[in-house]
Amino acid sequence: MTLTARPKHVFIATQMTTLVDTLKQRFPFVTERVSGDYPAVNVPAANLLEFGQALRDELGFTVLSDVCGVDWDKESPRFGVFYHFYHGGKKQFLRVATLAPDDAAPAVPSLTGLWASANWHEREVFDMFGTRFVGHPNLTRILMWEAYPYHPLRKEFPLAGIETDLPSADITAETQAVVIAAPMMGGPFHARTEDKHHMSEAEPRADDESWTEHNPKPGSKG
Amino acid sequence: MVTTHTEYAYNSKIEGEVVISRADAVINWVRQNSVWPMPMGLACCAIELMAAGASRFDISRFGMEVMRFSPRQSDCMIVAGTVTYKIAEVVRRIYDQMAAPKWVVAMGACASTGGMYRSYSVLQGVDRVVPVDIYISGCPPRPEALLDGMMLLQKKISREPSALGLFSRRPNDPAFVGEGK
Repeated sequence: MTLTARPKHVFIATQMTTLVDTLKQRFPFVTERVSGDYPAVNVPAANLLEFGQALRDELGFTVLSDVCGVDWDKESPRFGVFYHFYHGGKKQFLRVATLAPDDAAPAVPSLTGLWASANWHEREVFDMFGTRFVGHPNLTRILMWEAYPYHPLRKEFPLAGIETDLPSADITAETQAVVIAAPMMGGPFHARTEDKHHMSEAEPRADDESWTEHNPKPGSKG
Repeated sequence: MVTTHTEYAYNSKIEGEVVISRADAVINWVRQNSVWPMPMGLACCAIELMAAGASRFDISRFGMEVMRFSPRQSDCMIVAGTVTYKIAEVVRRIYDQMAAPKWVVAMGACASTGGMYRSYSVLQGVDRVVPVDIYISGCPPRPEALLDGMMLLQKKISREPSALGLFSRRPNDPAFVGEGK
């Protein structure tokens, strides 16, 4: 690196404006998304496949490095899917956000036909959030077992888990073991959200949600 | 007066190479020095288990170097790592496939109690699905701790009523070796 090299953030800012402007001119449905690092755009679920095809074949984003799910809790649309694309030649990332229009049965188009790496990522998002990917060749759970009744990363799912059955009935009959809720003693630990500067100034505090004689299990008698 | 080396009960010229002992002592001596582990390596504890098998710690000093990946050839299942609910079924089935006498060692915090994983997906202690003989603390335990636990297991084996189980006609006899408490 020489002394005259530009600071990194200037470089990123330049990248962001040019790429996002290009996308906005090329696709009328694309809107810019606030981002602290990489260029980011919003794409409606209905246009995702058309956008993805052009992104891969015309703009050269040949790598889909990550697919993430988001549960926005009280907001509507509630479920979103985030994609991170990578351009190997320009060494540039692009973040694409898509919201699932239906809150009750969230679904977005599958990108498995364009990027093979979407296959397992989309299965994981489906497993954890229940977001369906239309056109996926094998949309089954990837981490939890197939008969598991919940989607654990949804906001209404408690951190400790919910009592349910083990995957196999014969093992349960033999051992009497079931999936139990396991609240953390003293936890969970997280930053206070009422504090404006919670991430930088305050230490994480504990919400003691464990069940003890002083703090009975919610819904239990006494 | 008793003098040393007086051959009261044993004359090698007449009786040949004979040693008098209890059946329990002989059987347990054989068993405790040939504990073939079934390495149920599920997480980082398995790295320490591998270290215990390597030359620096050398688990073969205790007759345990024969790691058998087939449950039918092994005596002791070492559960090394985090047992999720999804794999708990497999752990139990492999335990069922092991031939008696058999023992289980829960290696590390996760296998013993669920450890730091107080969550929806992790079994809170492998003793919920298989009977555990020895719990080893640590996250992960060092190889010395594993060897210490295995020596404790040897002590436990040495106290078992093995002959009773060996000649018992009822496989569900409480004294049946490997199932006895």
